[in-house]
Amino acid sequence: MSLNYQDVQELLKLLDETPYDELTLQTGSFTLHLQRSADGKGWQQSSSLADKPHVIQASIAANVAAAAVLAEPLATEAGLLEVRAPMVGTWYRSPKPGAEPFIQIGSQVTENTVIGIIEVMKLMSSIPAKVQGTVVEIVHGDASFTEKGQLLLRIRPD
Amino acid sequence: MNISRILIANRGEIAVRIIRTCRQLGIETVLAASSADTESMAARLADQVVVLGPPPAAASYLNVTAVIAAALQVNADAIHPGYGFLSENSRLALACNEAGLAFIGPTPAQLLAIGDKLLARSNAVQAGLPVVPGGEVNTLAEAEALVEKLGLPVLIKAVGGGGGRGMKLVTDAAMLNETLQLATAEAEAAFADPRLYIERYVRSGRHVEVQVLGDGRNIIHLGTRDCSVQRRYQKLIEEAPAPNLDDELRAAIHAAAVSFGRHLHYLGAGTVEFLVDVERGSFYFLEMNARIQVEHPVTEAICHQDLIAEQIRIAEGKPLHLRQQDIEFDGHAIECRLNAEDCSADFRPVPGIISKALFPAGVGIRMDTHIQQGASVPPYYDSLLGKLIVHGKDRAEALHRLQAALAHCQIEGVPTNLALHVSVCAAPAFQAGGVDTGFLPIHLAAHPLTETPLTELTRGDAHGHA
Repeated sequence: MSLNYQDVQELLKLLDETPYDELTLQTGSFTLHLQRSADGKGWQQSSSLADKPHVIQASIAANVAAAAVLAEPLATEAGLLEVRAPMVGTWYRSPKPGAEPFIQIGSQVTENTVIGIIEVMKLMSSIPAKVQGTVVEIVHGDASFTEKGQLLLRIRPD
Repeated sequence: MNISRILIANRGEIAVRIIRTCRQLGIETVLAASSADTESMAARLADQVVVLGPPPAAASYLNVTAVIAAALQVNADAIHPGYGFLSENSRLALACNEAGLAFIGPTPAQLLAIGDKLLARSNAVQAGLPVVPGGEVNTLAEAEALVEKLGLPVLIKAVGGGGGRGMKLVTDAAMLNETLQLATAEAEAAFADPRLYIERYVRSGRHVEVQVLGDGRNIIHLGTRDCSVQRRYQKLIEEAPAPNLDDELRAAIHAAAVSFGRHLHYLGAGTVEFLVDVERGSFYFLEMNARIQVEHPVTEAICHQDLIAEQIRIAEGKPLHLRQQDIEFDGHAIECRLNAEDCSADFRPVPGIISKALFPAGVGIRMDTHIQQGASVPPYYDSLLGKLIVHGKDRAEALHRLQAALAHCQIEGVPTNLALHVSVCAAPAFQAGGVDTGFLPIHLAAHPLTETPLTELTRGDAHGHA
């Protein structure tokens, strides 16, 4: 079980009348901790729930593979510049589904050329190449999850 | 029908919120979660968890087939879609009907009528509601004639847009042709629908909305909410009732919302949004949201009602048990949305692990959250950590409680927008009540949040807001 905000308000009405500054309440796997705030003007709460979720597998879970984190492929030639993801998120190569990708193998890019979009928490950020040259390898697949620092492209400098 | 087991096709604080009411009603809950959320607070609270699919929403929370299959697999009677994700998706509502499941929300036809902005606008006109003067335009000549009638400035809007997307401001008649062409191309690209309409631009507008409940025959309202404190069309602070609104205007807005709901024979909980034109003292229908909303707790606080419980009752096919005269308004409530965002980096959302979560508690304070120490804020979904809701006998008391409560809030592990709320609550314009939607950007420009005043208020140490 757990307590709702109305229960906590009732508890604090009682606690306010007492000289105590803290209360820890434990019921099964639920723990509620109440303490007077440092400024003495109110209360703070923290709670924890140690229950293990009861997870059952879906009979038909969506059959979309999670982005597999593969070892980085070796560069096909020496002297290539790497473009890495500046943030964690989902990497998109086109401005919208079905549209032409921002860049292809053979595309010429400059520092400010947009090479793709990374979406994190509903916010889309355009990713600039930050280097100048010709795209020779596209390492990270479209619409797949990327960690910060993950290799996206390799570029042959001009 | 009686609902005894609900599949919750959502996550985060709203999943926790729905579970709380279900427990009070003795209804079993099954959380349909992505594989990123199987250790979440909602997953621990639910009676069971069924994995919908991998983390990306398109493969899990937005997958109608997977949601219906999960509901059938666990023998749920009903699906609660929460907000966002599939909550206003007519295909899910239809699939529920076909599978013999109750969809906790309006009918598929109502979802379609409200989802298309022009259709919603024409329904509003039929129901006798004022809409922002304007209309659909197909040619430059039509646009010129309309602009002649409306006067500049005007807003060009995409029919397929919404939530602030697909809008362009025209202040100069010479720019009309060029802006129209650009808007058509962008609407086609972004929404696969090139249709446009033009509306008069309301310079100083307040966002006021009305909560309604309908059972398909009767409809009641639960008063106004003001959601004018917005940044890039994202609401940050909401309050109920809307402050400093003329009594006559408020009564007219209530009546308009009820008329719209009645016109649609609306089923469920919904929100009718209005733009209040401060300069003209008038109001216009904007759109309707056919779901429970993030800001519903401020209405619950002043009406002493449980809107999730009402949604479930209606989905069971029961008539409304509340009459308009049963709804009494008590005091004032304000909600702050706490987001995992970096105030010093243009409010960039930041995922991470919560290392400390200490929330305010006390009389008049409600914290709706899915965050506890060790909780994960995954990078796949929105950045909402929780909502701090305060209630007082009047707005002054609520604001006073809010300021104390914000000072007692400590979240570490990810940056938060707590400093923004502290700053807004101290602003004289917000304290006076009734700011318009232009307030927050102007306030932030004048008071940049590079410093984090809260850190000094509550802690001597330096971590937290980087």
